[in-house]
Amino acid sequence: MAELNLVEAINRAQAWEMDHDPSVVVLGEDVGVNGGVFRATVGLQERFGPERVIDTPLAETAIIGTAIGMAAMGLKPVAEIQFSGFIYPAMDHIWNHAGRLRNRTRGRLSCPLVVRSPCGAGIHAPEHHSESPEALFAHLPGVRVVIPSSPSRAYGLLLAAIRNPDPVIFLEPTRLYRLFKQEVADDGEALPLDVCFTLRAGSDVTLVSWGAMLNETQAAAEALAQEGIMAEVIDVATLKPLDMTTILESVTRTGRCVIVHEAMRTGGFGAEIAANLAEHGLYSLLAPVQRVTAWDVVVPLSRLEYQYLPSVERIVAAVMKTLEGA
Amino acid sequence: MTTVARFEVEFTRFLNAEGEATQELPPFALDPANLIPLYRAMQLTRAFDTKAIALQRTGKIGTFASALGQEAIGIGVASAMRKEDVLVPSYRDHAAQFVRGVTMTESLLYWGGDERGSNFAVPREDFPSCVPIGNQVCHAAGVAYAFKLRKEARVAACFLGDGATSKGDFYEALNFAAVWRAPLLVVINNNQWAISVPREHQTITPTLAQKAIAAGVEGVQVDGNDVIAVHDAARRAIDKARAGGGPTLIEAISYRLGDHTTADDATRYRDPDVVQQQWANEPIRRLRNHLARIGAWDQEKEERLQKECADQVAAAVDAYLAIPPPTAAAMFDHLYAELPTAMKEQFDAAQWFASHDGGSSHG
Repeated sequence: MAELNLVEAINRAQAWEMDHDPSVVVLGEDVGVNGGVFRATVGLQERFGPERVIDTPLAETAIIGTAIGMAAMGLKPVAEIQFSGFIYPAMDHIWNHAGRLRNRTRGRLSCPLVVRSPCGAGIHAPEHHSESPEALFAHLPGVRVVIPSSPSRAYGLLLAAIRNPDPVIFLEPTRLYRLFKQEVADDGEALPLDVCFTLRAGSDVTLVSWGAMLNETQAAAEALAQEGIMAEVIDVATLKPLDMTTILESVTRTGRCVIVHEAMRTGGFGAEIAANLAEHGLYSLLAPVQRVTAWDVVVPLSRLEYQYLPSVERIVAAVMKTLEGA
Repeated sequence: MTTVARFEVEFTRFLNAEGEATQELPPFALDPANLIPLYRAMQLTRAFDTKAIALQRTGKIGTFASALGQEAIGIGVASAMRKEDVLVPSYRDHAAQFVRGVTMTESLLYWGGDERGSNFAVPREDFPSCVPIGNQVCHAAGVAYAFKLRKEARVAACFLGDGATSKGDFYEALNFAAVWRAPLLVVINNNQWAISVPREHQTITPTLAQKAIAAGVEGVQVDGNDVIAVHDAARRAIDKARAGGGPTLIEAISYRLGDHTTADDATRYRDPDVVQQQWANEPIRRLRNHLARIGAWDQEKEERLQKECADQVAAAVDAYLAIPPPTAAAMFDHLYAELPTAMKEQFDAAQWFASHDGGSSHG
């Protein structure tokens, strides 16, 4: 067991898999000698060599485009896009090729690719370094979208993502990189993809969130518990494909649901969960589903970012709204 | 002031438009037995194109992109590849694909709107046709990197059009491949037109081959209507790549004698008289004249070949038309290695509506 923060867990998962599977390669900007701007790949090039830990030229389109070519030939590339705000030039390849190659060749070729990218606000970063683009990727067929919320889940989910035979967009909340440490066994044990994790049991309301917002969500659950309101907390973890079974099972018991995410509201992934609840769980609901999200604004520069990020108070207020008249 | 770098771009042609040798032919071209298969492949592609356009006009396939006039490029390159090499084509590269072993039936199936057409029985690792412009150059650079990493003596070859040289993907991929010294051949089919936009509006550089220079890649230009020049340049580039010499860019100059696709009407933007004049340069007549001049071809052989090609195309069409459409489940079958549980409900619904009368009425 080692006490690891989230970025160290990401590093260990890559090291484990590179050590056990020679087809795994890491590529991206500054991932080699520098070990990544967040140090997620630190030590990997020293250990596995510059041919498997590739400092690429500075071009996101070609990082993902070439990684698709590698993946189709049986390598398992783990491509780092330095910040999710810079991922859009590669969208062409993710949408048009990574998620389609298996389908369009009837399984003859496939794309076992992991795209790792930091996401989210809260670290006083410059412009274009704080976005939460998960909903864009969750809309794409043929890909998976995974966001870890703790070091141990980051470790287990990243291993699962690398071992998965299909492309995975793995978004890492920068705010969590060094926020807290956890015991991580570093034993190569993967966690399951495509399932939600219930982090806290409760009977009055279901709080559904992912990534860094689980911090505020769990703090809200704690505050609510002080008031005698027992909130269940679900970490979605894999957004696409979405495990609605776990969420519906919980909401059927609690009758109330608040969805919390850091991304903007309109077209955000919370809408997808709310729509699923309307389709499949409406008659279990005792109150309208609430969404606590960022405002529909451009992520502000750092002085206002905590006004942009949903707060514990906003989550508590939304829960109170579901309890009105109860 | 000191000149710190200087470049030149070489142009190669062995046969002029009349099929006369303008310089000593490369060794492989001295034996007609090496040239006749190339001639045959060009004729077969042209017969296929003619039939495919007719099939589109009669509603038997969807939109189709013909290779008319550019047959020498794909055939010259693919015939220089080994079977373990990997082709990463654009959407106008069936000439090369047929040489690689993709069947005409598979090609018709693809253009006829069926993904099974990209599940090639023979070149199992060749990429399917890339429709978004220029993306495939990046994929090919990645394929080449995989070969290099695993120390396999294999080469990736990809095609793009003159329009695609305006895309970032093209430059980024050339640069990556150069930095990696990856075994890659990039071939530009410069057919002078990107739908309606002529070559001179695409870039002001005198050649497209020189686009390689900025990446430190060797760029050469060949007469793309001279299959001997194309094959010779491709063979040298592939040998170099296989020996660890890194990527090469070949600009093959040709002319799009047909419409961009069957959905296009080129008379809207170019003078049919100019197109007519370009027929004088086309690659098939050129090689036939050469073969006839050296006594390796005659009218009887020509007629026999024409019939063979027509029969082969007809058989491919019959085979294509006999393939029943896929079922609705096919949309889900290869989306992921295993269909996620979350998609089971959609899968069942699609199956149910598809299998019930009146379940999929439209409009």
